Amino acid sequence: MKKLLSGDEAIARGAYEYGCAFAAAYPGTPSTEILENIIPYKEIYAEWSSNEKVALEVALGASLAGARALVAMKHVGLNVAADPLFTAAYTGVNGGLILVTADEPSLHSSQNEQDNRNVAPFAKIPMLEPSDSQEAKDLVGEAFRISEEFDTPVLLRITTRIAHAKGLVECRERREVPVKEYKKDAAKYCMVPANAMRRRVFVEERTRRLAEFGETFPYNRIEWGDRSVGIITSGISYQYAKEVFGEGASYLKLTLTWPLPQKLIREFAAGVEKLYVIEELDPFLETQIKAMGIPVVGKEIVPTMYELSPEILRQKFFGAEPAPNPVADLNLPPRPPVLCAGCPHRPVFYILKKLRVPVMGDIGCYGLGLQPPLEAVDTTICMGASVGMAHGFQKVGAWNGLDRRTVGVIGDSTFFHGGMPGVADMVFNKGAGVVVVLDNRTTAMTGHQPHPGSGITAKGEPTVEIKIEDVVRALGVKDVQIVDSYDLKAVEAAVRHALDYDGPSVVICRRACALLKGLPDLGKAVVNQEKCTRCHACLRTGCPALVSHQDGSVAIDQNACNGCFVCGQVCPVGAIEKVGGGERG
Amino acid sequence: MAKVTNVLLVGVGGQGTILATRVLAGVLVEEGYDVKMSEVHGMSQRGGSVLTFVRYGDKVYSPLVERGTADLILAFEKLEAVRYLPYLKPEGTLVVNDLAILPAPVLLGKAEYPYNALDILKEKVKDLVVMDAAKLAEEKTGNVRTQNIVLLGALARRMDIPPGTWEKVVSENVPPKTVEANLKAFWAGWEGA
Repeated sequence: MKKLLSGDEAIARGAYEYGCAFAAAYPGTPSTEILENIIPYKEIYAEWSSNEKVALEVALGASLAGARALVAMKHVGLNVAADPLFTAAYTGVNGGLILVTADEPSLHSSQNEQDNRNVAPFAKIPMLEPSDSQEAKDLVGEAFRISEEFDTPVLLRITTRIAHAKGLVECRERREVPVKEYKKDAAKYCMVPANAMRRRVFVEERTRRLAEFGETFPYNRIEWGDRSVGIITSGISYQYAKEVFGEGASYLKLTLTWPLPQKLIREFAAGVEKLYVIEELDPFLETQIKAMGIPVVGKEIVPTMYELSPEILRQKFFGAEPAPNPVADLNLPPRPPVLCAGCPHRPVFYILKKLRVPVMGDIGCYGLGLQPPLEAVDTTICMGASVGMAHGFQKVGAWNGLDRRTVGVIGDSTFFHGGMPGVADMVFNKGAGVVVVLDNRTTAMTGHQPHPGSGITAKGEPTVEIKIEDVVRALGVKDVQIVDSYDLKAVEAAVRHALDYDGPSVVICRRACALLKGLPDLGKAVVNQEKCTRCHACLRTGCPALVSHQDGSVAIDQNACNGCFVCGQVCPVGAIEKVGGGERG
Repeated sequence: MAKVTNVLLVGVGGQGTILATRVLAGVLVEEGYDVKMSEVHGMSQRGGSVLTFVRYGDKVYSPLVERGTADLILAFEKLEAVRYLPYLKPEGTLVVNDLAILPAPVLLGKAEYPYNALDILKEKVKDLVVMDAAKLAEEKTGNVRTQNIVLLGALARRMDIPPGTWEKVVSENVPPKTVEANLKAFWAGWEGA
């Protein structure tokens, strides 16, 4: 039967249908829904791993043990997983192994825009690119087949517009694939130099055979139409090209985009008058085709930045004017995402802003702390960077007699992902940075996935709850404080103490994400209009439940309020009162 | 190329546009169309502006709607209706919820909310349907949370799809206890449009 599935859901369905037995991931937009949709299948073991490197390592272990395994991550996650990947390319697999990279052109929810197609030739592994949800599902099967036949991990590369766009998918039953026998084989799996040198030759030979395979791989196909224009394309760009050129062009739709089928490309090039490459981001296909000596037009016309669209193609190829904008003269207010009402990060950022201390930020909802009115975050780089950067920043002060006291702010899931080595480094190298862990008990930004500190697995089973305070003490941090994020005075006192402490310091600000289900009822905050002086001190918390009216009065949206009572703590005249709710849980 | 119909659903993260989108897509699949749907997740859930594209017809390639080509826009909030107006084709229909949700820059006094949003829309949209969905939901179903389905009913009135299909898909997609209220909400929207 046909179902309307996103590319992520289709990949999960493909994992189910094609006998995948093991899946691992670390959440990250736009890849998160792949594992989320695999978890309900009882036939597949699934886990949220502590980071992408670990996710790939456990999946590689599962593959060598004989199971079909899939690992999924966002584009920057692959940077973290690059180390095992580049050598897994040498060992090859036992059970089929798929690595899904979900890239994000236009960086809707990411810190950079990178084209992970470049990883395939770099790591020397084959790459498949689906153009819609149906292909996303089908290619899981093809990828497992290629992985096992050619003894290689396979990169399945999608972009946001594949991951999150929905299309119709024909769904079938699962075909069980028995776990293969494991044979000890040091020459294949122990990549010490002598063995790796031999596998290096195998990898080259494998790439040559894969290129040959691609010549007749049915998902690499020519669609002959008007031969005056030929378009070579792949992934979502194929859909945009078809939308704009329709029957007015011929297409070479490539799906195995590394290694490339050179004979097929030459045949297509010879059959058309004018040849174009239409691809999003880097000139990945174009550069290779030009290196083959084939004249082709690509990035002279098609942009190298951001998502492509049919509109862009119409403008670039046909000089189409953009549609008239009937509201161009209106200065509409933007609607940026904000920290939610009751978000436990808000009071911590409020205090950090008040203390005027540099804040090395990290990856998560708390990136929103850089926006007005909090404006508390100085940097955002990558998972775990806050800790190392705080150490480096503080060291410059210590080395040069300057005040470079700083705070690294990191979430609980991010702490387990990439924060721990930074803490070890700070302790080992006699740093005096402050690490504030925003422990909201979940991986909030990506939709509340559990992590090693949650006490529950991806499958919903209870497990050991690793305590961040135990970890940092074990790493040698002597000054560890735990405070309730909602308690402004306690947060301020703890951070002040930590900044003055001569040595590495950790402040764990603990309070569950306000969007989690099953939290205690904290009541609501209400403005007593008789007491309110309309000073707007409360608005400086940036809580979206606070509503300021045109006459200067302030009210609290009772539907939005989660009862954190941070506004009540900043009100200088006690005009915000708490109504209802039990004791603060 | 065979005709493709373009629909936009716009609103504010957290408004629950997802249920309405799911029902709309379900109806189109039920009617045998090729359907593509695209939404931006992630940050949009934190109170940001939300934009969802739905395209249907015999064969759909791109999941993106181009500006100036939307046949229908369903707006769950007034400012967002104005913001995405450039997508509407000149003869297109806009169904707008008479609701203002103030964005952060307005709350902070850094920007002005266009309180005249409905006037702007009346001037620029030929086929405009204004709905007070919360009021209709409250009056007709006693449950203000059915307002998404009220809005969907208004949209459905302008689409060439049998009401029975809508009733079936609405019933399948809401909690069993709320089926009756949601069907009332659907008809309230249909009749109010």
